[in-house]
Amino acid sequence: MRAPHQLLATAIVTVTLAGVASPIAAGEIAADQRRSGYDLMSHETQAMQDDDASNPGMLSVLDGDALWHLKAGMADKACADCHGEASTSMKGIAARYPAFDAERGRALDLTQRINLCRSERQNTTSLPYESKELLALSAYVARQSRGLPITDPATDERLRAAIDAGRQTFNRRQGQLNLACAQCHDDNWDKQLAGNSVTQGQVTGYPLYRLEWQGIGSLQRRMRNCMIGMRAQPFDYGAPEFVDLELFMKWRSRGLRIETPAVRP
Amino acid sequence: MARVLVSVPAKAGRGEIIAIKALISHHMETGFRHSTTGELIPRDIITSFVCRYNGEEIFRAELFPATAANPFISFYTRATESGTIMFEWAGDNGFSATEQAAISVE
Repeated sequence: MRAPHQLLATAIVTVTLAGVASPIAAGEIAADQRRSGYDLMSHETQAMQDDDASNPGMLSVLDGDALWHLKAGMADKACADCHGEASTSMKGIAARYPAFDAERGRALDLTQRINLCRSERQNTTSLPYESKELLALSAYVARQSRGLPITDPATDERLRAAIDAGRQTFNRRQGQLNLACAQCHDDNWDKQLAGNSVTQGQVTGYPLYRLEWQGIGSLQRRMRNCMIGMRAQPFDYGAPEFVDLELFMKWRSRGLRIETPAVRP
Repeated sequence: MARVLVSVPAKAGRGEIIAIKALISHHMETGFRHSTTGELIPRDIITSFVCRYNGEEIFRAELFPATAANPFISFYTRATESGTIMFEWAGDNGFSATEQAAISVE
Protein backbone atom coordinates (compact mmCIF):
# COMPACT_ATOMS: atom_id res chain seq x y z
CA MET A 1 0.00 0.00 0.00
CA ARG A 2 1.34 3.39 -1.00
CA ALA A 3 1.56 6.32 1.30
CA PRO A 4 -1.03 9.05 0.63
CA HIS A 5 1.58 11.58 -0.52
CA GLN A 6 2.79 9.11 -3.17
CA LEU A 7 -0.77 8.74 -4.48
CA LEU A 8 -1.08 12.48 -4.65
CA ALA A 9 2.20 12.76 -6.58
CA THR A 10 0.98 10.15 -9.09
CA ALA A 11 -2.25 12.05 -9.52
CA ILE A 12 -0.42 15.30 -10.19
CA VAL A 13 1.81 13.65 -12.79
CA THR A 14 -1.24 12.15 -14.52
CA VAL A 15 -3.04 15.46 -14.62
CA THR A 16 0.03 17.21 -16.00
CA LEU A 17 0.44 14.60 -18.76
CA ALA A 18 -3.24 14.84 -19.67
CA GLY A 19 -2.82 18.60 -19.90
CA VAL A 20 0.03 18.21 -22.38
CA ALA A 21 -1.72 15.56 -24.47
CA SER A 22 -5.04 17.40 -24.89
CA PRO A 23 -5.19 19.83 -27.84
CA ILE A 24 -4.20 23.33 -26.86
CA ALA A 25 -6.56 26.09 -28.00
CA ALA A 26 -5.34 26.59 -31.52
CA GLY A 27 -4.11 30.17 -31.88
CA GLU A 28 -2.54 30.96 -35.23
CA ILE A 29 -3.25 28.63 -38.17
CA ALA A 30 -0.04 27.07 -39.48
CA ALA A 31 1.07 28.07 -43.00
CA ASP A 32 0.38 24.62 -44.47
CA GLN A 33 -3.09 24.61 -42.90
CA ARG A 34 -4.22 27.95 -44.32
CA ARG A 35 -7.14 27.49 -46.71
CA SER A 36 -9.18 29.97 -48.65
CA GLY A 37 -12.95 29.81 -48.20
CA TYR A 38 -12.94 28.63 -51.83
CA ASP A 39 -11.71 25.20 -50.69
CA LEU A 40 -14.57 24.85 -48.24
CA MET A 41 -17.48 25.69 -50.57
CA SER A 42 -19.51 23.52 -52.94
CA HIS A 43 -18.25 22.52 -56.40
CA GLU A 44 -21.13 24.47 -57.95
CA THR A 45 -20.11 27.71 -56.26
CA GLN A 46 -16.48 27.06 -57.14
CA ALA A 47 -17.45 26.59 -60.80
CA MET A 48 -19.40 29.86 -60.68
CA GLN A 49 -16.32 31.70 -59.44
CA ASP A 50 -13.91 30.01 -61.84
CA ASP A 51 -15.70 30.96 -65.05
CA ASP A 52 -15.59 34.71 -65.75
CA ALA A 53 -18.72 34.31 -67.89
CA SER A 54 -20.72 33.06 -64.89
CA ASN A 55 -19.03 34.97 -62.05
CA PRO A 56 -21.43 37.82 -61.22
CA GLY A 57 -18.57 39.72 -59.56
CA MET A 58 -17.23 40.30 -63.07
CA LEU A 59 -20.20 42.61 -63.76
CA SER A 60 -18.81 44.90 -61.09
CA VAL A 61 -15.30 44.58 -62.54
CA LEU A 62 -16.74 45.71 -65.90
CA ASP A 63 -18.28 48.74 -64.16
CA GLY A 64 -14.90 49.44 -62.59
CA ASP A 65 -13.19 49.27 -65.98
CA ALA A 66 -15.57 51.94 -67.28
CA LEU A 67 -15.02 54.13 -64.21
CA TRP A 68 -11.24 53.73 -64.50
CA HIS A 69 -11.39 55.37 -67.91
CA LEU A 70 -14.04 57.98 -67.03
CA LYS A 71 -12.84 61.57 -66.60
CA ALA A 72 -14.10 63.01 -63.31
CA GLY A 73 -13.93 66.08 -61.11
CA MET A 74 -12.56 69.61 -61.54
CA ALA A 75 -9.25 68.15 -62.70
CA ASP A 76 -11.11 66.39 -65.53
CA LYS A 77 -8.82 63.39 -65.18
CA ALA A 78 -9.54 59.70 -65.27
CA CYS A 79 -7.66 57.14 -63.16
CA ALA A 80 -6.15 55.95 -66.43
CA ASP A 81 -4.69 59.42 -67.18
CA CYS A 82 -2.21 59.04 -64.30
CA HIS A 83 -2.02 55.27 -63.79
CA GLY A 84 -2.31 54.09 -67.37
CA GLU A 85 -3.46 50.56 -67.97
CA ALA A 86 -4.56 48.98 -64.70
CA SER A 87 -3.38 45.54 -65.82
CA THR A 88 0.21 46.68 -65.31
CA SER A 89 0.03 49.63 -62.90
CA MET A 90 -2.41 48.02 -60.45
CA LYS A 91 -0.92 44.54 -60.55
CA GLY A 92 -0.10 43.41 -57.01
CA ILE A 93 -1.65 46.44 -55.32
CA ALA A 94 -4.49 44.53 -53.66
CA ALA A 95 -2.00 41.91 -52.47
CA ARG A 96 -0.15 44.50 -50.38
CA TYR A 97 -2.96 46.77 -49.15
CA PRO A 98 -3.73 48.18 -46.55
CA ALA A 99 -0.40 50.02 -46.82
CA PHE A 100 1.33 52.67 -44.74
CA ASP A 101 0.84 56.25 -45.86
CA ALA A 102 3.83 58.31 -44.77
CA GLU A 103 2.04 61.63 -45.24
CA ARG A 104 -0.75 60.70 -42.85
CA GLY A 105 1.33 58.46 -40.61
CA ARG A 106 -1.18 55.62 -40.67
CA ALA A 107 -2.35 52.68 -42.71
CA LEU A 108 -4.86 53.20 -45.51
CA ASP A 109 -6.97 50.51 -47.11
CA LEU A 110 -7.68 50.30 -50.82
CA THR A 111 -11.00 52.15 -50.72
CA GLN A 112 -9.48 54.98 -48.69
CA ARG A 113 -6.63 55.21 -51.20
CA ILE A 114 -9.10 55.38 -54.09
CA ASN A 115 -11.06 58.13 -52.35
CA LEU A 116 -7.87 60.09 -51.57
CA CYS A 117 -6.98 59.93 -55.26
CA ARG A 118 -10.44 61.24 -56.04
CA SER A 119 -10.25 64.17 -53.63
CA GLU A 120 -6.58 65.11 -54.18
CA ARG A 121 -5.91 64.28 -57.82
CA GLN A 122 -9.31 64.39 -59.47
CA ASN A 123 -10.73 67.17 -57.29
CA THR A 124 -14.03 65.45 -56.85
CA THR A 125 -16.18 64.00 -54.09
CA SER A 126 -15.38 60.81 -52.21
CA LEU A 127 -17.45 57.77 -53.06
CA PRO A 128 -19.55 56.50 -50.14
CA TYR A 129 -18.57 53.17 -48.56
CA GLU A 130 -20.38 50.21 -50.17
CA SER A 131 -21.55 52.39 -53.05
CA LYS A 132 -21.77 50.61 -56.37
CA GLU A 133 -18.98 52.81 -57.78
CA LEU A 134 -16.49 52.32 -54.95
CA LEU A 135 -17.06 48.56 -54.96
CA ALA A 136 -16.65 48.51 -58.74
CA LEU A 137 -13.39 50.46 -58.67
CA SER A 138 -11.92 48.39 -55.85
CA ALA A 139 -13.05 45.15 -57.52
CA TYR A 140 -11.44 46.31 -60.76
CA VAL A 141 -8.17 47.24 -59.04
CA ALA A 142 -8.09 44.06 -56.94
CA ARG A 143 -8.90 41.94 -60.00
CA GLN A 144 -5.50 42.93 -61.43
CA SER A 145 -3.81 41.03 -58.58
CA ARG A 146 -5.69 37.78 -59.16
CA GLY A 147 -3.38 34.81 -58.63
CA LEU A 148 -0.70 36.78 -56.79
CA PRO A 149 0.22 35.82 -53.21
CA ILE A 150 -0.75 38.19 -50.39
CA THR A 151 2.39 39.87 -49.08
CA ASP A 152 3.24 39.90 -45.38
CA PRO A 153 2.38 43.40 -44.10
CA ALA A 154 4.66 42.88 -41.08
CA THR A 155 7.69 43.33 -43.37
CA ASP A 156 6.85 47.06 -43.15
CA GLU A 157 7.88 47.92 -39.59
CA ARG A 158 5.66 50.99 -39.53
CA LEU A 159 2.60 48.71 -39.79
CA ARG A 160 3.43 46.45 -36.87
CA ALA A 161 1.59 48.49 -34.22
CA ALA A 162 -1.57 48.47 -36.36
CA ILE A 163 -1.28 44.72 -36.97
CA ASP A 164 -0.97 44.16 -33.22
CA ALA A 165 -4.02 46.34 -32.61
CA GLY A 166 -5.90 44.25 -35.18
CA ARG A 167 -4.75 41.06 -33.51
CA GLN A 168 -6.08 42.28 -30.18
CA THR A 169 -9.47 43.06 -31.70
CA PHE A 170 -9.50 39.65 -33.39
CA ASN A 171 -8.79 37.86 -30.11
CA ARG A 172 -10.99 40.02 -27.88
CA ARG A 173 -14.37 38.67 -26.82
CA GLN A 174 -17.14 41.09 -27.68
CA GLY A 175 -20.89 41.41 -27.95
CA GLN A 176 -23.72 39.77 -26.04
CA LEU A 177 -22.60 36.34 -27.20
CA ASN A 178 -19.16 37.10 -25.73
CA LEU A 179 -17.32 35.71 -28.75
CA ALA A 180 -13.97 36.55 -30.27
CA CYS A 181 -13.30 36.26 -34.01
CA ALA A 182 -10.58 33.72 -33.16
CA GLN A 183 -13.02 31.32 -31.51
CA CYS A 184 -14.67 30.58 -34.85
CA HIS A 185 -11.98 31.36 -37.40
CA ASP A 186 -8.89 30.00 -35.61
CA ASP A 187 -10.34 27.27 -33.42
CA ASN A 188 -13.43 25.94 -35.26
CA TRP A 189 -12.93 26.79 -38.93
CA ASP A 190 -13.45 23.20 -40.07
CA LYS A 191 -16.95 22.99 -38.61
CA GLN A 192 -20.36 24.01 -39.93
CA LEU A 193 -22.54 26.91 -38.86
CA ALA A 194 -26.11 27.03 -40.15
CA GLY A 195 -25.33 24.79 -43.11
CA ASN A 196 -22.25 26.71 -44.21
CA SER A 197 -18.60 26.18 -43.45
CA VAL A 198 -17.31 28.42 -40.68
CA THR A 199 -14.12 29.04 -42.75
CA GLN A 200 -10.83 30.48 -41.60
CA GLY A 201 -11.80 34.01 -42.59
CA GLN A 202 -8.96 34.29 -45.10
CA VAL A 203 -9.26 37.56 -47.01
CA THR A 204 -8.38 36.37 -50.50
CA GLY A 205 -11.37 37.46 -52.57
CA TYR A 206 -12.59 40.91 -51.50
CA PRO A 207 -14.59 42.67 -52.68
CA LEU A 208 -16.56 39.51 -53.34
CA TYR A 209 -19.94 38.46 -54.64
CA ARG A 210 -21.94 36.87 -51.88
CA LEU A 211 -24.96 34.86 -52.97
CA GLU A 212 -26.71 35.71 -49.70
CA TRP A 213 -26.25 39.42 -50.43
CA GLN A 214 -27.28 39.06 -54.07
CA GLY A 215 -24.45 41.45 -54.74
CA ILE A 216 -20.85 42.42 -54.28
CA GLY A 217 -19.60 43.68 -50.92
CA SER A 218 -16.46 44.67 -49.08
CA LEU A 219 -14.49 42.97 -46.32
CA GLN A 220 -15.80 45.59 -43.90
CA ARG A 221 -19.39 44.67 -44.78
CA ARG A 222 -18.51 41.03 -44.13
CA MET A 223 -16.90 41.90 -40.77
CA ARG A 224 -19.90 44.01 -39.79
CA ASN A 225 -22.10 40.97 -40.56
CA CYS A 226 -19.98 38.87 -38.21
CA MET A 227 -20.12 41.52 -35.48
CA ILE A 228 -23.91 41.81 -35.77
CA GLY A 229 -24.04 38.01 -35.64
CA MET A 230 -22.25 38.00 -32.32
CA ARG A 231 -24.46 40.87 -31.15
CA ALA A 232 -21.63 43.34 -30.85
CA GLN A 233 -21.73 46.99 -31.89
CA PRO A 234 -20.14 46.95 -35.36
CA PHE A 235 -17.47 49.54 -36.14
CA ASP A 236 -18.42 52.21 -38.65
CA TYR A 237 -17.30 51.82 -42.25
CA GLY A 238 -13.79 53.20 -42.55
CA ALA A 239 -13.17 53.16 -38.78
CA PRO A 240 -9.46 52.87 -37.85
CA GLU A 241 -10.29 49.65 -35.96
CA PHE A 242 -11.42 48.13 -39.26
CA VAL A 243 -8.21 49.12 -41.04
CA ASP A 244 -6.20 47.54 -38.20
CA LEU A 245 -8.34 44.41 -38.45
CA GLU A 246 -7.95 44.32 -42.22
CA LEU A 247 -4.19 44.54 -41.78
CA PHE A 248 -4.18 41.71 -39.27
CA MET A 249 -6.39 39.63 -41.59
CA LYS A 250 -3.97 40.23 -44.45
CA TRP A 251 -1.15 39.13 -42.16
CA ARG A 252 -3.11 35.93 -41.33
CA SER A 253 -3.66 35.31 -45.06
CA ARG A 254 -0.08 36.04 -46.15
CA GLY A 255 0.98 33.69 -48.91
CA LEU A 256 -2.55 32.82 -50.06
CA ARG A 257 -3.48 33.95 -53.55
CA ILE A 258 -5.86 36.78 -54.44
CA GLU A 259 -9.12 35.53 -56.02
CA THR A 260 -10.99 38.81 -56.54
CA PRO A 261 -13.83 38.83 -57.44
CA ALA A 262 -14.55 35.71 -55.40
CA VAL A 263 -17.99 34.12 -55.07
CA ARG A 264 -19.13 32.94 -51.66
CA PRO A 265 -22.39 31.33 -50.50
CA MET B 1 -27.02 50.72 -68.23
CA ALA B 2 -27.07 47.06 -67.50
CA ARG B 3 -23.77 45.23 -67.73
CA VAL B 4 -23.86 42.10 -69.83
CA LEU B 5 -21.44 39.19 -70.08
CA VAL B 6 -22.04 36.60 -72.78
CA SER B 7 -19.95 33.61 -73.70
CA VAL B 8 -20.11 32.09 -77.17
CA PRO B 9 -17.24 30.07 -78.66
CA ALA B 10 -15.53 32.15 -81.36
CA LYS B 11 -15.04 29.08 -83.53
CA ALA B 12 -16.90 25.79 -83.78
CA GLY B 13 -17.09 22.82 -86.13
CA ARG B 14 -20.23 22.41 -88.23
CA GLY B 15 -22.79 20.38 -86.29
CA GLU B 16 -20.89 20.74 -83.03
CA ILE B 17 -22.90 21.29 -79.85
CA ILE B 18 -21.85 24.54 -78.22
CA ALA B 19 -22.53 26.05 -74.80
CA ILE B 20 -23.92 29.57 -74.65
CA LYS B 21 -23.90 31.60 -71.44
CA ALA B 22 -25.49 34.95 -70.72
CA LEU B 23 -25.15 36.97 -67.50
CA ILE B 24 -26.77 40.36 -66.94
CA SER B 25 -26.70 42.82 -64.04
CA HIS B 26 -30.16 43.43 -62.63
CA HIS B 27 -31.34 43.70 -59.04
CA MET B 28 -34.53 41.67 -59.64
CA GLU B 29 -36.66 43.41 -57.02
CA THR B 30 -39.43 40.93 -56.25
CA GLY B 31 -42.28 43.33 -55.45
CA PHE B 32 -42.92 41.49 -52.19
CA ARG B 33 -40.52 43.41 -49.99
CA HIS B 34 -41.22 46.46 -47.85
CA SER B 35 -38.99 49.47 -47.29
CA THR B 36 -37.90 50.53 -43.80
CA THR B 37 -40.87 52.91 -43.73
CA GLY B 38 -43.30 50.10 -44.53
CA GLU B 39 -44.13 50.89 -48.14
CA LEU B 40 -44.19 48.11 -50.68
CA ILE B 41 -41.16 48.26 -52.99
CA PRO B 42 -42.60 47.93 -56.51
CA ARG B 43 -41.65 44.94 -58.59
CA ASP B 44 -38.74 45.53 -60.98
CA ILE B 45 -37.54 42.39 -62.71
CA ILE B 46 -36.46 41.11 -66.09
CA THR B 47 -39.41 39.22 -67.54
CA SER B 48 -38.08 37.75 -70.75
CA PHE B 49 -34.92 36.60 -72.46
CA VAL B 50 -34.60 35.67 -76.12
CA CYS B 51 -31.63 34.37 -78.08
CA ARG B 52 -31.52 34.43 -81.88
CA TYR B 53 -29.02 32.69 -84.14
CA ASN B 54 -28.85 34.53 -87.47
CA GLY B 55 -32.33 35.84 -86.82
CA GLU B 56 -33.85 32.52 -85.90
CA GLU B 57 -35.06 32.17 -82.33
CA ILE B 58 -33.22 29.30 -80.65
CA PHE B 59 -33.94 29.93 -76.98
CA ARG B 60 -36.54 31.82 -74.96
CA ALA B 61 -37.07 32.12 -71.23
CA GLU B 62 -39.64 33.81 -69.03
CA LEU B 63 -38.37 35.10 -65.71
CA PHE B 64 -40.34 35.53 -62.49
CA PRO B 65 -39.89 37.23 -59.11
CA ALA B 66 -38.19 34.17 -57.61
CA THR B 67 -35.21 34.57 -59.94
CA ALA B 68 -32.09 35.78 -58.13
CA ALA B 69 -30.37 39.07 -58.89
CA ASN B 70 -28.05 39.14 -61.93
CA PRO B 71 -29.78 36.29 -63.83
CA PHE B 72 -27.43 33.79 -65.44
CA ILE B 73 -28.79 31.67 -68.29
CA SER B 74 -26.85 28.85 -69.88
CA PHE B 75 -28.00 26.54 -72.68
CA TYR B 76 -26.76 24.52 -75.65
CA THR B 77 -27.30 24.73 -79.37
CA ARG B 78 -25.90 23.17 -82.53
CA ALA B 79 -23.46 25.28 -84.53
CA THR B 80 -24.95 25.31 -88.03
CA GLU B 81 -23.42 28.30 -89.84
CA SER B 82 -21.21 31.33 -89.27
CA GLY B 83 -22.98 34.44 -88.17
CA THR B 84 -24.28 36.40 -85.21
CA ILE B 85 -25.93 35.30 -82.02
CA MET B 86 -28.19 38.01 -80.60
CA PHE B 87 -29.29 38.26 -76.99
CA GLU B 88 -32.24 40.31 -75.84
CA TRP B 89 -33.56 40.97 -72.35
CA ALA B 90 -36.76 42.87 -71.52
CA GLY B 91 -38.40 43.69 -68.22
CA ASP B 92 -40.41 45.99 -65.98
CA ASN B 93 -40.22 49.78 -66.32
CA GLY B 94 -39.24 49.51 -69.96
CA PHE B 95 -36.03 47.66 -69.20
CA SER B 96 -34.28 46.47 -72.31
CA ALA B 97 -30.77 45.27 -73.10
CA THR B 98 -29.18 43.64 -76.11
CA GLU B 99 -25.85 42.01 -76.83
CA GLN B 100 -24.40 40.09 -79.72
CA ALA B 101 -21.54 37.72 -80.38
CA ALA B 102 -20.02 36.44 -83.60
CA ILE B 103 -19.42 32.77 -84.26
CA SER B 104 -17.44 31.28 -87.10
CA VAL B 105 -18.38 27.76 -88.15
CA GLU B 106 -16.04 25.65 -90.27
